[in-house]
This record gives sequence, structure tokens and C-alpha cells, in this order.
Amino acid sequence: MNGSELDKGKEAFKEEANELLTELETSLLELEERPADEDIIGRVFRAMHTIKGSGAMFGFNEVAAFTHDVETVFDEVRNGKISVTRELVDLTLAARDHIRALIESSETGEAVDEARANEITASLRKLLPDIGSHEDTTSGNTDTIERAVEERSQNSGNITYRVRFKPHADIFGNGTNPILLLNEIRTLGECEIIAHFSDLPLLNDIESDSCYTWWDIILTTGHGKEAINDVFIFVDDVCDIDIKSIDIGAVLEGEADYKKLGEILIERGDVTKEDLRKLLGEQKRLGELIVDAGLAKPDEVQAALAEQKHVRQVREKRQKTESASSIRVPSEKLDTLVNLVGELVTVQARLSQTAIQKDDPEIILISEEVERLTGELRDDTMSIRMLPIGSTFSKFKRLVRDLSNDLGREVVMLTDGAETELDKTVIEKLNDPLVHIIRNSIDHGIESPEDREKLGKPRHGTVHLSALHSGANVLIRIADDGKGLIADKIRDKAVHNGLISSDADLTDKEVFSLIFAPGFSTAEKVTSVSGRGVGMDVVKKNIDALRGTVDIDSTPGQGTTITLKLPLTLAIIDGLLVKTGDENFVLPLASVEECIELTKEDVVRSHGRRIINVRDEIIPYIKLRDIFMIYSDTIDIEQIVITEQEGCRVGFVVDYVVGEHQTVIKSLGSVYKNVDGLSGATILGDGTVALILDIQKLVHFVEKEEAEV
Amino acid sequence: MGKTIMTVDDSASVRQMVSFTLKGAGYEVVEAVDGKDALSKLGGSPVQMIITDLNMPNLDGIGLIKEVRTNASYKFVPIIMLTTESQDSKKQEGKSAGATGWIVKPFKPDQLLAVVKKVLG
Repeated sequence: MNGSELDKGKEAFKEEANELLTELETSLLELEERPADEDIIGRVFRAMHTIKGSGAMFGFNEVAAFTHDVETVFDEVRNGKISVTRELVDLTLAARDHIRALIESSETGEAVDEARANEITASLRKLLPDIGSHEDTTSGNTDTIERAVEERSQNSGNITYRVRFKPHADIFGNGTNPILLLNEIRTLGECEIIAHFSDLPLLNDIESDSCYTWWDIILTTGHGKEAINDVFIFVDDVCDIDIKSIDIGAVLEGEADYKKLGEILIERGDVTKEDLRKLLGEQKRLGELIVDAGLAKPDEVQAALAEQKHVRQVREKRQKTESASSIRVPSEKLDTLVNLVGELVTVQARLSQTAIQKDDPEIILISEEVERLTGELRDDTMSIRMLPIGSTFSKFKRLVRDLSNDLGREVVMLTDGAETELDKTVIEKLNDPLVHIIRNSIDHGIESPEDREKLGKPRHGTVHLSALHSGANVLIRIADDGKGLIADKIRDKAVHNGLISSDADLTDKEVFSLIFAPGFSTAEKVTSVSGRGVGMDVVKKNIDALRGTVDIDSTPGQGTTITLKLPLTLAIIDGLLVKTGDENFVLPLASVEECIELTKEDVVRSHGRRIINVRDEIIPYIKLRDIFMIYSDTIDIEQIVITEQEGCRVGFVVDYVVGEHQTVIKSLGSVYKNVDGLSGATILGDGTVALILDIQKLVHFVEKEEAEV
Repeated sequence: MGKTIMTVDDSASVRQMVSFTLKGAGYEVVEAVDGKDALSKLGGSPVQMIITDLNMPNLDGIGLIKEVRTNASYKFVPIIMLTTESQDSKKQEGKSAGATGWIVKPFKPDQLLAVVKKVLG
């Protein structure tokens, strides 16, 4: 391995280790809930074992040495010598953090907390039942690591062995049952066993206490030759054992083919090359020829054929699995791909438009084909960027655990819909808001265990984190069963902080949403985790930036539910293209409910107040013409696009509704970045620019203006 | 009914450990304190396997194995001997006497069960 390959290996190890550490954390937390689950213990052990093994291989000796100590303890746990306690989980979590620090320090060169490491190791060793063996563990450290590496390299590829097992006639004499040995071999891997009866004497000569049968075993296993030797460990002096590797898993030859029958027989020494060559002039199948000529016994040929078949199968299978494996790609490459697809969608729109204008059936045909392909390409590209939200969820398990420890609460976190997929960027940006919400739930929502008991609730509170698809959106719900929000208290505080006037008439839901206003905090005292009044408005801001919405619902005494509604992706949305004057606008289709006409009579009927009666519901509307100061001639029948946002319906008056539009979102330049009411722009098929409206901000903007008047 | 295994050892603690482990895995266990005791108990209920120590008073492990192998009904019964690493020659002696296999002391319950499974199925 040269320098750069080693570096690549190191990178791969770091990535792998990070995944393993995450897995380790999840498993540990699960283990705390179900301390006796051997499956989880096995997982914890495996994770550490792999970190140790590969760590040593890539020169992370400190990691390997440190992990070894932790692994030793879990080996004992696995053997049932140590039981899982909270202390052990705490220590192992700390050890996990230290392992991460060690791996990171190799990158940054920062010193790690040696004292802490020694502390962890010392505490772990105290848990070991047999104190006498400590010296041994330390001195045998490198040895064990080397063995681990060796085991790993053996496990990395399955090797196929040919085992010839010829028991001596007296093998039964010491109580051995050869069949059991064959059964044991079968447990090592995929295997083919061929029995040879050629040594069987005539009935008269048979001694019932003697063994006349012998076997050829073709075994594909990842356990290595030692494991096969171990099977025959008790019988090595009462039988002949010959183990040869005939197919090494690591090197993949181009074809799934294996040696020809003749080659196998020659290699085994069952037939000589010369005999074979003489035969090859004739046209029968080789196996038959050999038997006919009496060169080998039928069962020998049978065994060789079985070997051939077995190895071919193994190779075929390996080819299949190799081709089905996945590859890692840096996420920037995906970002570039998404951008390119965005451009392509824009160009395709232009092509469609031109084709229709030219009215050339041939070009229209091509443009339709391109449209279909572009659509597929877009969906596929988007789906590549989708990640299950579960990885974020598991991070929060740790957060909940640590927080509830700090705050003296008992909190259980439940998660649902971890497999729900969201755009990678959305998931990344979702982290902070979720942290704030969960912190608030635990700090403000969940009562102390004693209080909960008094209230007749279970001692431990529950935070339920769930995710589900809903149309083009994903809903993320954070529900707690704590004390809930008290509307009056929030209202008083809001009045006190000058957020609302004392005579404001607000529904409970509107009051609840005040907790997302900047500078609002109801906690009686500021704790280390929440109560500074910055958390919740940051949540709102972050979710807004993701084009999402926040909804809050609460029942006093029963808990609070916060629902985040997020778009599936950030790059391309379905929009409704509308026109006012010469300007094009796009409204996000997700929030559009319906389009109706607005005639001059309608306007007269409402005496110029900007409201319209839609099926007995009074809906206010906003004229885009007025907001964007478009002074072209008005038309007689205008259109109202009715949208729904945060539970209230607002109409937007436009001249024409053009139709649905695949909108590739382009951000506005730095000059227009801070214009309220616009979330971006898109390029239409004819090259003109359409502004994408931010409905919610637009409504707030108008509300504010009217309030000032 | 589970298979019956006889454990022969003069040390009560070893017998206890073997017995406990095997019973936990669903085997019936007959305990014997030395070779002589073992032989007399073999006459009783049938035994499918024997685990014996080598150093014992009255009749030692090697002697026991030889005796057992002369008994027609126990000719093919698996016999496992408990040895220590320093007793390599003893191991050889035991094998030629007809022992099926061995376990090196000290051993873990898992190892014991693995060997039992290996020779008894």
C-alpha cells in the first residue's frame, strides 16, 4: 500500500468509523432499554470489534488500543460475565465519544484528553470480573489487534477449500461420529459433501466396527483454514485430512467459469496428464471417458464435478453481489447534478415553447420526448438526494437522554417514520430547529417525575418524534405529554413584552404561535438549555428559510404538539404561473386552493372593500397590481387565486392564470435578497424571468401596511 | 428426554460447574467422584457421553477410559477428558486409550458446550 492509497484507506476508515460510532450510540441507547438483549450486545461488540480491527490496519493505533479495552469488557458482557448497567452504558458512551475524539484529533492534530481516556479505561477495567488477567490484557494488546486484523482480512473474502477427509477404519473406536464432523463443517459456510464408497469391501469382509467411507468436501467459508482444522482437532491422528484452497475470494476473475474437469482430476492426483491426453481424441464426455477407461472411479469423477459446480456457483453469486453494491459520491457532485438538471428543465421549457410556435410536428414530437426524459431525470436526481430522516432522529435520542439527566426529568423518546425521506439539505438545516423544540419540550413541557406522579401521570414523560409524507410536503411532529401551554400566561407575557396590545382579540392558537415571536420567553428562570427567548424564533426563522411552516397545538395538562411542514425539496417546486400586466409571477402550487373570477360587479358589490364571498366564506384578497405597482390597463374579468396559509385563506388578484409550471428556483442576487414577499425567481421557456411569491410574507407585508394607514 | 452426560471429577467445584452448565443447556447430568464411582454408576441408567478428569483417586481418567471401552454398550460413547496444558503427554495417553477429545482447563461454559455439541451432536 503506497502513501496515497493509505490515505484513501484512512479516509474510508474515518467514514466507516463514524457510521459505526453512530450505530454504536443507537445500540447502546437501545441496550439501556433492553439490557438483556443478546442481539444488541452482539451489535455493540461487533461495532467495536470492527473499529479496532480496521483502526489498526490503517495506523490508528491509539484508537485500536483504546477500543480494545472497551471491547474486552463487552466480550465479557457477551459471555454473560458482566451484566449491562447504567454505569456501563454511561462509560461506553463516554468511550465512544473519546474514540470519535481520537479519530478527529488525527485530522486536526489537536491533543486529546488523555486523562479522561485513562479514567474511562480504569473504570471499565474495574468492571472486569477477573482482576488477575489485567497484566495480560495490556501486554497482549498488539497481539490481539493483529489477530483481529488477520481475522478481518480472512473474513473480507470467502475462500473455497477442498477438504479430503479419510477416516481410518478404527475411527469409531474412540467414540467419534464422523457424521457430526460433517455437520459441523456445514455450519462454516456453503458446502458440498461427496461420499466415496469405493473402499467398501465385499459384504463378507465387512467389519461392522470399521469405517470404510471417506468424503470430499467443497466448502466456501469466510472463517479461514484454522476453523476447518478446528473441526477435525480431535481426530487428527485417526484420519487423513487434506485441506487446499481452490478459489480465493479476493481476486475476481473475469468469468464465473472454473477449471475443467480434467484439470481438477489431475490436480488432485486422481488421473495423470498423459492418460488424459490419450483420451481426448475421442468424442464422449470427459467424465464418462475417464470412468470407462477405468482411470478414476465414478465417485471420484462425481466429486470433481461437484467441485466444479460449487465453485462456479460461488463465483456467480459473488459477481452478482459485487455488481449490486453501492458507491459513495461527494455531495457537491450531486449539487452540481441538481443544478444541471435545473438548467435542463429550463431549456426544455424553451424547446417546448419554440416547438409549439413553429408548429412543426416533427419538432413537437422531439420536444415531447425530451420533456418526458427530462421529467424522469429530474425525479431520479431528486430521489438520489433524498435521505431517510432516521439518522437525525437517532441523534436526538442521545440529546433527550443527556438533557433529561441534566434537568432531572425522566423522558422516553419514541420515534416514528424514521424511513421518511427528505432532501439532504433540508435534513441538515432541520437539525437546529429540532434541537430547540425538543429542548423546550423537555425543559418547559415535561414536569419533574414527582410532579407527574402527583398529577397521576406516569413518572416518565414521553417525547414523540414522528415524520410522514403529506403530498409534496413532509410533516414532522414533536409531541410531548407535559403540562401544555397556558394561553393566558402567554398572552400576559406577550402584552408585557409589547408583542401585542392588551385588547388584542386572539384565538388560543394565535396566542400559542406567539411563542415563536422574537424576544418571547415564558420560563420563570433561565436554565442552561432554554429560557433565553432566542430558541423558538430561531426555529421559526429556520423553517421559513426552508419554505416550511410551523404549527403549534396544545392542551393544558396534556401536552404540546409542534408540527413542522416542510417541502420535499428545495431546488424545484410545482408552481402556478400567473400574469399581471406584462409581469409573470409564480405561486407555490402546494398552497393554491382554487382559482375563481373577479368581475367588476363583484368589486362593486363589496363596496370596494377587498373581500369576496366564496361559497359563503368571506375571503380577503390582495391585488398584485397594487403591491407591485403595475400601471398597465386593467381588464374586465380578473382572476383570484385563492391560497391557504397557516389556516387562513387569502386571495391574490391577477390578470391571467397561465397554468402549472415546473419551477426551478434561482435565488435572487444580493441586491434583491431582502425584498419581502419574494422567495426567488425562475426562468421561463421564452427566457423571461418570473418572480416566485412568498405568500406568507406578502400577506404580513400588506397587513403591516394597512395597520399603518 | 434429554441426553444424559456423566461428569467424573474429584473436585466438587468442577463437577458443579460442568453440571450447572450442561443442565442449563438441557442435558441430564450424572455426577461421579472418581473412575470407580463412574464405572459403578454406568451400570445404572444409560449414559450418552462422559466427561472425565484425568487425575483422580481410586481409578484415574486413563484407567476409566480403558475400562469403558471394553464394555460393549459403551464402546462408541464419546469420552471427553479434562486436561491442563502441561499434561500434553497425558493427552496422548488418553487418546490412545480411546478418548474422543479433550478440553483444556480452565475453560469457559461456552467452550464446554461447544465440545459437547461437537461430539454428541
